[in-house]
Amino acid sequence: MTTSPLLRLDRVRVNFPGKGWRAAPTEVLKGVDLVVEAGQTHGLVGESGSGKTTIGRAVLGLVPVAAGTIHLDGSPIHALTSRRRRALSRDLQVIFQDPYTSLNPARPVGDTLAEPLYGQGQRPREARQRVAGLLERVGLPAGAMDRLPREFSGGQRQRIAIARALAIGPRLIVCDEPVSALDLTTQRTVLDLLQEIQRDTGVAYLFISHDLAVVRHISHVVSVIRHGEIVESGTAEQVTAEPKHPYTRRLLLSAPVADPQRQRLRRAAYEREFAGERS
Amino acid sequence: MNAWHRFLRNPLGVLSALVLLVVIGAALAAPLLTDARPDAAVLRDAFGAARDGHPLGFDSAGRDIFSRLVHGARNTLGGAVLALAVAVALGIPAGLLAGYAGRWFDAVSSWLVNLVMALPAMIVLLASRAVLGPTVWALMIILGVLAAPSFFRLVRGIVVNVRGELYLDAARVAGLPAWRIITRHVLVVVRAPIIIQLALVAGVALGLQAGLEFIGVGSSGSLPTWGAMLNEGFQYVQRAPRLMLWPGLALGLTSAALVLLASALRDALEDRATGPRQARRRLPADVRPARLDGEPRAALLSVRSLAVSYRLPDGSEREVVHDVDLDVEPGRIVGLVGESGSGKTQTAFSILGILPEGGRVSGGSITVDGTEVVGLGARDWRRLRTSVVAYVPQEPMSNLDPSFTIGSQLIEPIRAAGVSRAAARQRAADLLRAVEIRDPDRVLRSYPHQISGGMAQRVLIAAAMAGDPRLLIADEPTTALDVTVQAEILALLRRLQRERGLGVLLVTHNLGVVADLCDTVAVMRQGRIVETGPVAEVLGAPRHDYTRSLVDAVLDELPLTESR
Amino acid sequence: MLGFVLRRTGAGVLLVLVISFVTYLLLSLPDNDVARSLLGPDAPAELVAATNAELGVDRPVLVQYADWLAHAARGDLGTSWFTSENVGTAIAGRLPVTLSLMLGVTLVTAVVSFALGIWAGVRRGAADRLVQILGVLGYALPGFLVTLVIVLVFAVRLGWFPAIGYIPLTESAGGWLSTVTLPIVSLSIGAVAGTSQQVRSAVIEVLRQDYVRTLRSRGLSRRSILVKHVLRNASAPALTVLGMQFVGLLGGAVLVEQIFGLPGLGSMAVTYTTRGDIPVIMGMLMVTVVGVVLVNLAVDVAIGVLNPKARRA
Repeated sequence: MTTSPLLRLDRVRVNFPGKGWRAAPTEVLKGVDLVVEAGQTHGLVGESGSGKTTIGRAVLGLVPVAAGTIHLDGSPIHALTSRRRRALSRDLQVIFQDPYTSLNPARPVGDTLAEPLYGQGQRPREARQRVAGLLERVGLPAGAMDRLPREFSGGQRQRIAIARALAIGPRLIVCDEPVSALDLTTQRTVLDLLQEIQRDTGVAYLFISHDLAVVRHISHVVSVIRHGEIVESGTAEQVTAEPKHPYTRRLLLSAPVADPQRQRLRRAAYEREFAGERS
Repeated sequence: MNAWHRFLRNPLGVLSALVLLVVIGAALAAPLLTDARPDAAVLRDAFGAARDGHPLGFDSAGRDIFSRLVHGARNTLGGAVLALAVAVALGIPAGLLAGYAGRWFDAVSSWLVNLVMALPAMIVLLASRAVLGPTVWALMIILGVLAAPSFFRLVRGIVVNVRGELYLDAARVAGLPAWRIITRHVLVVVRAPIIIQLALVAGVALGLQAGLEFIGVGSSGSLPTWGAMLNEGFQYVQRAPRLMLWPGLALGLTSAALVLLASALRDALEDRATGPRQARRRLPADVRPARLDGEPRAALLSVRSLAVSYRLPDGSEREVVHDVDLDVEPGRIVGLVGESGSGKTQTAFSILGILPEGGRVSGGSITVDGTEVVGLGARDWRRLRTSVVAYVPQEPMSNLDPSFTIGSQLIEPIRAAGVSRAAARQRAADLLRAVEIRDPDRVLRSYPHQISGGMAQRVLIAAAMAGDPRLLIADEPTTALDVTVQAEILALLRRLQRERGLGVLLVTHNLGVVADLCDTVAVMRQGRIVETGPVAEVLGAPRHDYTRSLVDAVLDELPLTESR
Repeated sequence: MLGFVLRRTGAGVLLVLVISFVTYLLLSLPDNDVARSLLGPDAPAELVAATNAELGVDRPVLVQYADWLAHAARGDLGTSWFTSENVGTAIAGRLPVTLSLMLGVTLVTAVVSFALGIWAGVRRGAADRLVQILGVLGYALPGFLVTLVIVLVFAVRLGWFPAIGYIPLTESAGGWLSTVTLPIVSLSIGAVAGTSQQVRSAVIEVLRQDYVRTLRSRGLSRRSILVKHVLRNASAPALTVLGMQFVGLLGGAVLVEQIFGLPGLGSMAVTYTTRGDIPVIMGMLMVTVVGVVLVNLAVDVAIGVLNPKARRA
C-alpha cells in the first residue's frame, strides 16, 4: 500500500445523549471501519435507525466522534477546530435527502449556490459567474439564479443542491439519500447526472441509501450497516449478487422487483429462508 | 408582490399606521401644537367648556385638556417605548443564543424565563413602587424585564425549529462561520414574527402603564399622562363624562391601532392571501353525471367518469382528477400506480368519502357493493364504512390518535356497533392476533408512541379488519416502512386477502409492490388513467409511452439468484 | 404519572423558594430606616434604634430572610409595620373576594372560549370570521378601559348593577352576584378573546390530522370524533393558554377591584404599596406566586392526563 485512501474511518464510535436527565447515552455507531477511494463511489445501505446517516454526519463534522479516527487524504479530521473545519469545505461537500428543507426557502437560488464560494472568500461578481456555470452544469437555465426554491420541482431542487455541492470542486461528496424523495423517473435522471459528474471531475461519493437497487446502480464498493455496525462490505457486484451475511440476503430478498414472475420466485425464497423472522 | 405592497393593500393596516403616526407626531410636536401649559391650573376655568385656543376645554382643576392630552402622549408613549426597548434588548439576543447554541445557556435562561413568567406583572410593579417610590421610568424598566420572556420564547422557539433545518447544516458544511449563518439564515426567519410581536407588546405595555397611572401609583402626579387623566375623569364621571372621553379615546385608539397593525403586518409578512376577497357565494354542488356505456360494472367497487375538484381561494374550482374508470371485483387486488401529484390518493379518498376540506367529487359515479356513494347521506356512509369498505393509510404513526391507547382506539368502533365492553375487548385482541401480533394484551394497553412503526401499521390493518369488510382501500401501505418490514406487511396483506376473499384497491408508486401483490393495475398520470390491464402485460409490455418511461426508470434488477 | 406529578411539584417548590429569596433581597435593598419613617423625623434616636431592633430590621438580610422563611413555612407571614396586623390574617380576609373573582372569570372564560373556538373551528366560514374579529377587538382595548366603559353603561347610565361595593356570599347570594357580575364580565372579555383564538386554531389543527380522517373511515360519526378525539387533543394547547392568562388576570384584578371598590387582594396591594409596608407586600407577592405555581401545576397535570406523551417531559 503506497498511498492513503481519500477517506478512511477507523473504529468510529458516536453516542447520542440519552433523553432526559441522567439517562445513559445511546450508542449509535459501534466502531465503524470504512474506506472511500478517490474518484469512486462507496455505497452505504441500511434501514432506519441503522446509523447510516450518522456516519455521513460524523464525516461532515455535524456530530461529535466519541472514539476512533477519520482521515481525509491522510490527515485526521475527526477533531478539528471550527476554523480548520471550515477550511475543509473546499474538499468535502454534501447533498441531503430532502430537497425541500436543504434550501433556504427565503433566499434566491443563486444566493444559496454562492454560499460555499463566500465561505472561500470569493467576491460576489466572480461568484455570480461561477453560479451561472454551475446551473448550466446541472441542466438548469442561468435565469434560475434569481428565483426562489419554491418555484422548482423536487427534482430541480435536488439539481440545485448538487450544484451547491460542486461549487468549489470538492474531492468527496457525502450523498445522504439524495434520490429517496424523488419520483421514479426523476430519480433515474438525477443518478445519471451524479455519474456524469463523477466521470468529468473525478469526485468521490459516500452514497448513503436504504435502497439496494440504487446503491448497486451507482456504487463501486458497497457496505451494509445494521444497528451501528457494518455487517458486510465488498464490491457492488459481490455484495448484491453473492451476499455472505444473512441480513444482506434478507434485505435483497425483501425488496420486490417489478416483474411478477421473478417476484413470485423471490417471495418464495424469502418465505423459505426468513419466514417467522421479525425485524 | 412584496410584503410592503401587500401591506398597502390592507385598508385597516394603513389606517392603523396613520393613527399611530398622528399620535406619535402629536406627542413629538406637543409644544408647537398648543401654548397652554399642561399643569397651569386656573380655578375659575374648572370644568370650563372649549373656547378659542383651548379646543377641548378644561379639567376639574382648570387645566387645558388638549395640552394635557398631547403632553400626556409624550409620557405615556415614552414609557411604553422604554419598556419595549428593555424587553427587546434582553429578550431577543438571549432567545437567539439559547435557541442557536442550546446547552447550558438554554437551560439556565429558559429556567429564568419560567421564573419571570410566574410573576404577576401588576403585583410586582406595585411592590417595586413601594421600594423605589413613585418613579414611572424605573417602573417601565421593570415592566420591560417582565415583558422580555415574550420575545425570548418567540425567538427561541423559531430558532430551535430552524436549527434542525438541513439548509443550516448545508451552510455549515459550506464553511460559513456561525455569525454569518445567524445573519444569513436565522435573522431572516425571526424578523417578521419579531415585528408583529413588537406591536402586540407595545399595546400591552401601553395598557399596563396607563393602568398603573390610573390607580395612581405611577408618577407622583406632576406628569400628565392618559392614565392619570382617566383617573381624574372617573372621579367626576357623573358631573363631566367628557373628562374621561378624550384620554379614553386616545388610549383606546392607540392601543387598537397597535393590535390591528400587528394583525395587518402578520398578513403582509407571512404572505397570507388577503388579495381578492374570498367569494362568499356557495358553489354549485352539482355533480356531472357519469357516462355509462352499458358495460357491466364490478359488483364490489365500480368507478365511472370520476372527477374530483378543489375550491380555490378566489372561489372557483379546479379539477384534479378527470374521468377515471376503475373496477374491483371481490377477491381481486387492483393496483393504482402513479407519481406524486397524479391524483391516485384523491381517487382513493373519493371512494371512502374522506376528501379533505375544499375537495369534492364533481362528476361521475362510484358504487360500493351496489350502493351509489356520490351524494350519500351520513348514516348510510357509516353503515358502509363499518361493514363493507375499510382503509389502510400510508403513515402508520400519524394515523393513530396519540392521546388514546391502542385498545381504546380499536374497541371504539366495535362498541359503536352495540357490542359489550368485554366482548369488544376480546374481539380487539383477536384482531391483533390475526395480524400476527404476539402479545396483544400488552399492545392493547400501549399508547401509539410506545410501539414501532411496523407494529403501528399492523394495528391499523387490524382496525381495518374490525368490521369484516369486503373491500379494502390501501393507500401506500408500506411506503413509510423499512424494506424488511415492508416484506412482512405485504405478506400479511396477501394472507388476509386470501383468507377473507377481500377485494383490494392498492395505491402505490412502487412497481415492485404492484408485481408482488396485484392482479391488475391502472396507471395514473396528471389526474387521468392512461393504461389498465393485467400486471404481467402492463409491466411486461407497456402500451402507453408514460407507462413505458416508468418501467424503464426501474433500475437494473438485482442479480441475486432466488434459489440457493 | 405519579413521578411526573412529583417532579412538577418539586420544580414548583423550587421556583417559589427562589422567587421568595430574590424578592426578599430586592425589597430589603434600599436602606430602610423603617422606624424613622414610622415614628417621624422628631423621634429620639434611641427609640428609633429600639423600634428597628423590635422589628428585626437591624439584622443582616440573610438572617432576616431565614427567619422569615422559617415562619412562612409554618404559615406565619409576619406582622404589618404600620397596622401591627398579622399579614396572614389580613390576606386571608381579602382572599375570598379575589378568589371568587378569579374562579368566576376562569369558569366563564373556559366555557365561552371553548364554545366559540369549537364553533369557529368546526363551522369555519362566517362563524370563523366573526370569532376572529371578536378576538382582535377584545385584545385591542386595554382591559381597564373596557371596564370603565362597562361601568359607565351598565352601572352609571342604566343602573342595572351597583357601580361600587361588595356583598359577601355568606350575607346574600343575590347581592353577591349583583356585585361580582360586572367585574367578572369585564375581566373575562380579554381572556375570552385570547383563549377562544387558541381553541379555534387547536381545533382546526386537530381536524387536519391524519388520524381524524382515519377515524372517519372507520364509520365513527362526526359528532363522536369531535367530542372524544378532537376535543381531547385540542384541550392541551387551550389549557396552556388558560393557565398563562391567569397571571395576567391577577394584574387585571388589581385594576378591576380598584374601579369597583371590591375589598380584595388587589385593592389591598394598592393601599399597602403606597405606604411601603414591606412585610405585607412580601406576603401578598408570595401568596400570588404560590397561586400561579399551583395553577401551572394543575394545568401540567391536566395536560399529562390528556396527553400521555407529555408525561415524559
